[in-house]
Amino acid sequence: MHEQTAHPFGKRKRIHERVIETTLFLSAMLSILITVGIAFILIRESYLFFSDPDVRLLDFLTGKKWQPMIGLFGFLPLLNATLTTSIIAMALGIPIGLFVAIYLSEYASDRSRGILKPILEVLAGIPTIVYGYFALTFMTPLLRSIFGETTVEIYNTASAGLVMGILVLPMIATMAEDAISAVPKELRLASYALGGTKIETTFRVVIPAAMSGLSATFLLALSRAIGETMIVALAAGAGPKLTANPFEAAETITGYIVRISGGDVSYNSIDYNSIFALGLVLFLITFTLNLTSRKISSLFHQEYD
Amino acid sequence: MNTSNLAEALNLGFEKKAVTHQQKTSLTLDKVNIRYGTFLAVKDISLAIYERQVTAFIGPSGCGKSTVLRSINRMNDMIRGASIVGSVLFNGYDLYAKDVDPVLVRRKIGMVFQKPNPFPKSIYENIAWGARINGFKGDYDELVETSLRSAALWEEVKDKLKQNALRLSGGQQQRLCIARTIAVQPEVILMDEPASALDPIATGKIEELIQELKASYTIIIVTHNMGQASRVSDHTAFFMVDEQRTGYLQEYAPTEQLFLNPRHKKTEEYISGKFG
Amino acid sequence: MQTQSLFGTETDINTLMGKRKRIGLLWKVAFLFSTTLAILFLILLLLTVIDSSFGYVALRNEVEPSSLIAGKKSVKDFSRAELERVAATNLSSGILRRVEYEKPLEQRTGNDLVALLEQYVIKPKVLKTWGLWDSLTHTKAIDEYSRSEEGSYLTFKSWINAEFFLADQSADPLHAGIRTAFLGSLWIILITFLFAFPIGVGSAIYLQEYAQDNRLNRILQLNIFNLSAVPSIIYGLLGLAVFVRAMQSFTSGSMFSSLTDATANGRTILSGGLTLGLLVLPVIIINTQEALKAVPASLRMSSYGVGATKWQTIWHQVLPASGERILTGTILALSRALGETAPLVVIGASTFISVDPTGIFSKFTTLPIQIYQWSARPQGAYRNLAGAAIIALLILLMLMNSTAIYTRDKLAKKKRLES
Repeated sequence: MHEQTAHPFGKRKRIHERVIETTLFLSAMLSILITVGIAFILIRESYLFFSDPDVRLLDFLTGKKWQPMIGLFGFLPLLNATLTTSIIAMALGIPIGLFVAIYLSEYASDRSRGILKPILEVLAGIPTIVYGYFALTFMTPLLRSIFGETTVEIYNTASAGLVMGILVLPMIATMAEDAISAVPKELRLASYALGGTKIETTFRVVIPAAMSGLSATFLLALSRAIGETMIVALAAGAGPKLTANPFEAAETITGYIVRISGGDVSYNSIDYNSIFALGLVLFLITFTLNLTSRKISSLFHQEYD
Repeated sequence: MNTSNLAEALNLGFEKKAVTHQQKTSLTLDKVNIRYGTFLAVKDISLAIYERQVTAFIGPSGCGKSTVLRSINRMNDMIRGASIVGSVLFNGYDLYAKDVDPVLVRRKIGMVFQKPNPFPKSIYENIAWGARINGFKGDYDELVETSLRSAALWEEVKDKLKQNALRLSGGQQQRLCIARTIAVQPEVILMDEPASALDPIATGKIEELIQELKASYTIIIVTHNMGQASRVSDHTAFFMVDEQRTGYLQEYAPTEQLFLNPRHKKTEEYISGKFG
Repeated sequence: MQTQSLFGTETDINTLMGKRKRIGLLWKVAFLFSTTLAILFLILLLLTVIDSSFGYVALRNEVEPSSLIAGKKSVKDFSRAELERVAATNLSSGILRRVEYEKPLEQRTGNDLVALLEQYVIKPKVLKTWGLWDSLTHTKAIDEYSRSEEGSYLTFKSWINAEFFLADQSADPLHAGIRTAFLGSLWIILITFLFAFPIGVGSAIYLQEYAQDNRLNRILQLNIFNLSAVPSIIYGLLGLAVFVRAMQSFTSGSMFSSLTDATANGRTILSGGLTLGLLVLPVIIINTQEALKAVPASLRMSSYGVGATKWQTIWHQVLPASGERILTGTILALSRALGETAPLVVIGASTFISVDPTGIFSKFTTLPIQIYQWSARPQGAYRNLAGAAIIALLILLMLMNSTAIYTRDKLAKKKRLES
């Protein structure tokens, strides 16, 4: 057996390399830190909120009035407005987005696709504040002229919801198209070989096959709509109101947060704490939707990879 | 079976090899077992590689010849879950000893891959870069010229050294990869099917080159082309695979002997093309 | 012998086929219609913005030019001497002093004096504004309005003009501009880039090149994905609590200077930049990872083959090969940050500042926030201003995105032509 002393392949110190690796590792850890930070801040401030004598958790979750002035903290009006705008957004965004996706993947020529995809990209790149402006200056007057100025208030959730639908439209179209294109060609060919028409193939074979990818898309879009702020801040209204009428003004969770924090709020007031409590709820809702979406889409990849 | 008849029958290209000088051992593999995860890829590989000779590894696909090759310059380290038992000695030093730096090993034992993969840089830079990061302090222009000459590529590229290497033909790229390997002054050059992606003319050039290089370097070449193995190598190792898909060394002998007078039936069968 | 197929007679099959084809056609129309709608939405959006940015304005002067110099209806008609004289006599003493201090009247240009008189003496007030469409189609109604309002006159205004870019925020819509907001945006994006780019690329390199495929790293990946989908307003809340409040001494600059705690305020460009940095960080990480994945393994192998270390391989081979994709993705991420409003509102952008930002510890407003504030005001003229500001923002974004794509194409071309 040889003595292994002084052979020419001795490990160099290469501290340089270790330092770099450690620095990079720490950068990556920062992302964990951010998540922890978000969770920590939201929970801590929410705790302060809920430990205020005026606030009771049950009332928070089920109460129908949000009026901090008189100590009422029922969050249903805010939740209701958020859901109203989001559902309207989905009602517009999902069908149109899906149809555009189907057109893009099954019917469009390369030239059409070359025009459409950039258009979708441009739409996706427009800041939400511009959509908010659009809601206020175009959509609301439009609704008011169609349904009458007495039915439709100047601020209303329908207008915000519809424009939100336009906002998520490119996202839905692009992601749905990815999901549909990922369905193997063989499935389509099998359907055609049996004498199926194009539309039958699309609806009976392709869409069901892409269903998990599509569901993931819709959940992600819903999460986006729920978390959207500027459109509702401009067009939906200020002041929480529990109403089923989308033509009335109502404030969403995000709208409320932005209104309160944009004003003069002192750090130790209940108003300050309330926006974090609401932020926590918002985070939990969108986090659940995102996680579910991701789970579903990884299921999808398992099927076809 | 008459020796020369077999040679003719198998259409092997033998040249009368000059009597070689005394053979010194460069590398020794002793009972090498390599696993990928729990799967045993090769078992109990023991052989000696002689300095400044060409050794060929042949065998059916999946028999582990590339795996063994990669273990010699510690490229298997890159593969997740790869583990090795047994020793690989280079000039007497255990390459897998705890305090061995694989980076230094790879400088001394270079590798040429199956698909030519020059860096997406200029021809000049392809050769100079390896030397530079290893701390070469001499004249780079000279180094580039010497390396390209050794790889029989200088005449073809001397006027376009700044050109992107990817614009060369496949054969030229492969010779560039050889030049790049030579530039860092290794002792051993490992070649993993270096000509399998090339056309016959380019292949011929590579084979010629190997014969020239052997004067200065120890060469181990993995090939599935038996004609090539017989043309190019001094020693041949024939690998086989068992029912568990584990590779093992079936026979190892000087090339002429292995091809004309194989000791094992399986060797003979493989050489005569009964399976591949 | 007649074989009655289970599929019906030939006529039945043909009828069914016809029906199936019709259904197919109907759906195809539906799909095309949806696609047309999508294009229509974009067009409507752009048209709305353009519509707001140009149009007639009905103004009324507080002081009529003709009352200053008989017979001249507009200040622009005044002679140079008249301009100086009127300015000297009609500007209030406080304003006159300040104006003289900045630059004496004799030295000012004619245009300068016109602007001064307009702003401080004539003081036109906006009565009503119209969009481009209305201006072109409802001229009669507009004229009638002007006639009905005493002393009013009409002028066609392009709300987006040179002055718009150079002026600061002002209470008077006729003289308001986006300079302050624009500079604020640029400053913030700079901080965002300086913070998020190194950390983002570094994290991606670690995850892609160094990390083993174990549990911790899979959680890390999932975590990054989740962070990229968190609503932007949450980042605002995080920034408010951490940067503005907890780290106030750092972000307000009071730890570096002699600002007392009473005046120190964490609502600075630094806080804004860091907050947006956190927002775009996951996007940059994901994009960089994709770029690194696209580099073939053979490049790394051949690099190791000549005896390079891991970092040498990454720095000299992998990063150059993926560099342009990383850069493009980063520019796109930054252009997204440029358009963000909610997080910065939560952080506390200033509602009214007319002082340009001087450094990272300055208070700030950004272009999207300016748009938000103008949009939220009921007076018509602010809608027009908002429209003009949106055009400015869209142009800026278009420039950024084009730069990204142009850089990518140019670098790709350079690679191909490397000879």
